[in-house]
Amino acid sequence: MSLLNATDVTKRFAGITALDRVTLRVEAAEAVGLIGPNGAGKTTFFNCLLGLLRPDGGRVEFDGRNITRLPVYKRSRLGFGRTFQRIELFSGLTVRDHLLVAERSRRGDGRLWKDVLNLGGPKDDEIARTDETLALLGLSDVADRPIEALSLGRGRLVEVGRALMTEPKLLLLDEPSSGLDRHETDELVNTLEAVQRERGTAILLVEHDVEMVQRFVTRLYVLDFGTLIAEGTTDEVLGDAAVRKAYLGELV
Amino acid sequence: MTDFISYVLRGIPFGCVFALVAVGLVLTYKTSGVFNLAFGAQAFVSAAVYYDTHVRHNWPIIPAFVLAVIVIGPLVGLIFDRCIFRFMRGASELARLVAALGLLVAVPQIVGLWFGQSPSYGVEGIWPSSQGSNFAVYHFGSYSLNGDQVATIIATAVVAIGLTALFRFTTIGLRMRAVVESSRMTELNGINAGRVGTFAWMLSSLVAGLAGVLLAPLFAQVSADNFNILIVAAIAAAAFGRLQSIPMTLLGGILLGIAQGLLGGYLPPASVLAQGLRPSLPFVILFALLIFWPALRNRREVTDPLAGVDPPPPGLAALERTRALTWATRIFGVVVGVAAIAYIMQDNYWLLLGTQAVVLGIVFLSFTVITGMAGQISLCQAAFAGMGAFTTAQLVHSQGMPVLLTMVIGAIVAAIVGGLLAIPILRLGGIYLALATFAFALMWENIFVPLDWVGHGRAPLRVPRPVIGPFDLASNKSFFFFALIVLIIMSIFVIFVRNGTTGRFLDALRGSETAAQSIGINPTRARIVAFALSAGIAGLGGGMLVTQSGVAQPADYGYFFGLLWVVLVVTLGSRTVEGAIQAAIGFVLVGEILKRLGVNASWEPILFGLGAITYARHPEGILEANKRQSLAFFQRQFSKLGKKQAEEAPVEPAHAAAGGGSLPPLPEGAVGTVGEKAAKRGGAYSKRGRAGRGAKP
Repeated sequence: MSLLNATDVTKRFAGITALDRVTLRVEAAEAVGLIGPNGAGKTTFFNCLLGLLRPDGGRVEFDGRNITRLPVYKRSRLGFGRTFQRIELFSGLTVRDHLLVAERSRRGDGRLWKDVLNLGGPKDDEIARTDETLALLGLSDVADRPIEALSLGRGRLVEVGRALMTEPKLLLLDEPSSGLDRHETDELVNTLEAVQRERGTAILLVEHDVEMVQRFVTRLYVLDFGTLIAEGTTDEVLGDAAVRKAYLGELV
Repeated sequence: MTDFISYVLRGIPFGCVFALVAVGLVLTYKTSGVFNLAFGAQAFVSAAVYYDTHVRHNWPIIPAFVLAVIVIGPLVGLIFDRCIFRFMRGASELARLVAALGLLVAVPQIVGLWFGQSPSYGVEGIWPSSQGSNFAVYHFGSYSLNGDQVATIIATAVVAIGLTALFRFTTIGLRMRAVVESSRMTELNGINAGRVGTFAWMLSSLVAGLAGVLLAPLFAQVSADNFNILIVAAIAAAAFGRLQSIPMTLLGGILLGIAQGLLGGYLPPASVLAQGLRPSLPFVILFALLIFWPALRNRREVTDPLAGVDPPPPGLAALERTRALTWATRIFGVVVGVAAIAYIMQDNYWLLLGTQAVVLGIVFLSFTVITGMAGQISLCQAAFAGMGAFTTAQLVHSQGMPVLLTMVIGAIVAAIVGGLLAIPILRLGGIYLALATFAFALMWENIFVPLDWVGHGRAPLRVPRPVIGPFDLASNKSFFFFALIVLIIMSIFVIFVRNGTTGRFLDALRGSETAAQSIGINPTRARIVAFALSAGIAGLGGGMLVTQSGVAQPADYGYFFGLLWVVLVVTLGSRTVEGAIQAAIGFVLVGEILKRLGVNASWEPILFGLGAITYARHPEGILEANKRQSLAFFQRQFSKLGKKQAEEAPVEPAHAAAGGGSLPPLPEGAVGTVGEKAAKRGGAYSKRGRAGRGAKP
């Protein structure tokens, strides 16, 4: 049984079919890529998976459970973690706070009466867990800095860290390399590889950067005008003539 | 059938006035992004000028009309734009709402200073009356309308057609809309956003003035209250048009007028329904519309695409100061507090004032939760306080319960109502949420408070002071200490909640709702908790207020207080507990100082109302801004000392020092950082206003 099974996902916007029966699966601990030219429907598909949009047709199963109509926060509790294309961080909080909030959310024991008795503060084991993740991402030196002080590349790592604190089974990354330079992208890939190796997290990567995709994922899906035009192992797909024409056309 | 048509006809002029005000609201909103709750106050300005010149000084109709509508109307708009709203173009929608609230509080009082508070009867319209005070009446078959009604209908039609044409066919209409979207983007395209904004304000103020003069004769006298109530009907009509469509708004207003006419016609005049429902129809419709009109749901605040050039919002000054300074501040605070208490103990009058400040402080803590933590503006905190007060009074009377217990029950009742209210209104975003709380406050005041089992009709209930063991709180001194203890407990409670899970989740939601959901935070649940908590605190404060005064007077918990309190606390500082307490002390103290100076009492709302304008510059509150400045000063002094000892112990650079609105020096490569993005987020607090824009790292 696959970890994520999206079957025939269809989404229409005012007469335009943005997604036409897209089927995609991700196995546990696997890294899968989704590529496609601008406007192919990658982000729309992503939002359908995450529950930000409700698909007009098809179903999404996660861990054997139908989640097509589940709200965003409940999906997260099932084991979805995500990062954003346009970075979404909590202004005014420190880097560690970001991770602590996520940790507390995962534990789900944030009851008001505990706050009232001043039991709501960070506990030692929570701090220890955040330290572990900060070390994994190489963010220990900025742990107590306000989030505004970080560069975009490190901000994206904080997003990854925040998602990891919820112990996701599947990490969805929406164009993580956008706005990063070559060097920062390389570091991000290294970190993500470490995450996958150490935590066994499956990753679905939506990306523009073919080099990054080639380096990182084992299987690849290609979306064009809302339909899947290819799927298979990364090398197979990137060698495919139709893909080269639709997507890599000018690069070849 | 004849009845039906005549009822409809009777409703149409009212409907036209609703529509006219609503169109003015939509116009202001579309062209300046300000939901101008002070629109009714602006209409009142022109109505008062017209009344003063035409009725009191016997000016002929035309010069009086020209002065009131064509000169004074746009002039008010010009002043608003030049002095206030041009500085708020980059500010968030809620910040602009707070400024408008401040005007709503201040403007009628300013007019009142000149116009006088005495009732002004014998209002005349702009239609020439045929002879003496007789109205000109026009007959259409068996139906009739008087001259003022005809004038209202004509004026509404002209305004509606003119504005629709302006938006649809002219460049200025397009530009006005662009400026609201992003004034900076518009300026990059070579348009003078300032001039367009000024024009928009003058135009909408002209409509306000026209509406004011037209609708004055519909009421028996010219008074600010009538205009404020009218604004509710107008908001309902505007919501019908989603604050966008002028024709739909027009339709909404007219339908509302007709509905009122029909209700008035068909319901037997003496029946409970007619007494209760007809006058409160606008509130009920507004509330129902906000909750059930699907077009208003989940509307996202439009963010300025160029908001990224703003620096990120600063953190709380308290989080950035050194440990030694924090302790010094605390010790200083305790010393001053004890000295103040020792002083007011000497004098019974000061003791009463002190108690009032402490009790108000409890109520104001509710804003720390709802606005400071959850980032929402609630305009119905006075209603929650009233709920606590009336529950306390009613239970003491009917059940003979001890006062202390009824106060707790009152808080719980308010918390439950607050939580229940939150469920439907949380589906609304930003400004609609604030409006729904406004509608609720008015509904509470006009429908529930007059009921016997709530406000006890015209005979206010008396509430005794509680007795706790050996302490009889009937003595003012012991009640003061009791209130002080409650305030301290509630403050600690709020601080614990802010530092705990609830506070962190709310911080996260303020920062980015999507991201918060993506890590499993249920936004609805977190906000319902915040609403309930805040309502409960307000309810407890209400219970304290009523035991302090000893009488449950409905007038003490009117909607106006809800507005004034929001303006006060948000302006001074809603994020911190100190802010709430200092707001309460300031409120009492300023009132007292004005009284001693022998100044008219309306100066207090005027001062606080106009104070809200500073919100544009200091969204974190004036106190917080001052704190940051003084912090910067002290840390400069410390770092001078520190430099001498730098070899022994390297001092953490005071990166937070942000005196005079300069920025904390960000580390290398700060341009294009996360903060840039973060500046767009975070509702009421994400904008620093102009003060911060001067200095870039």
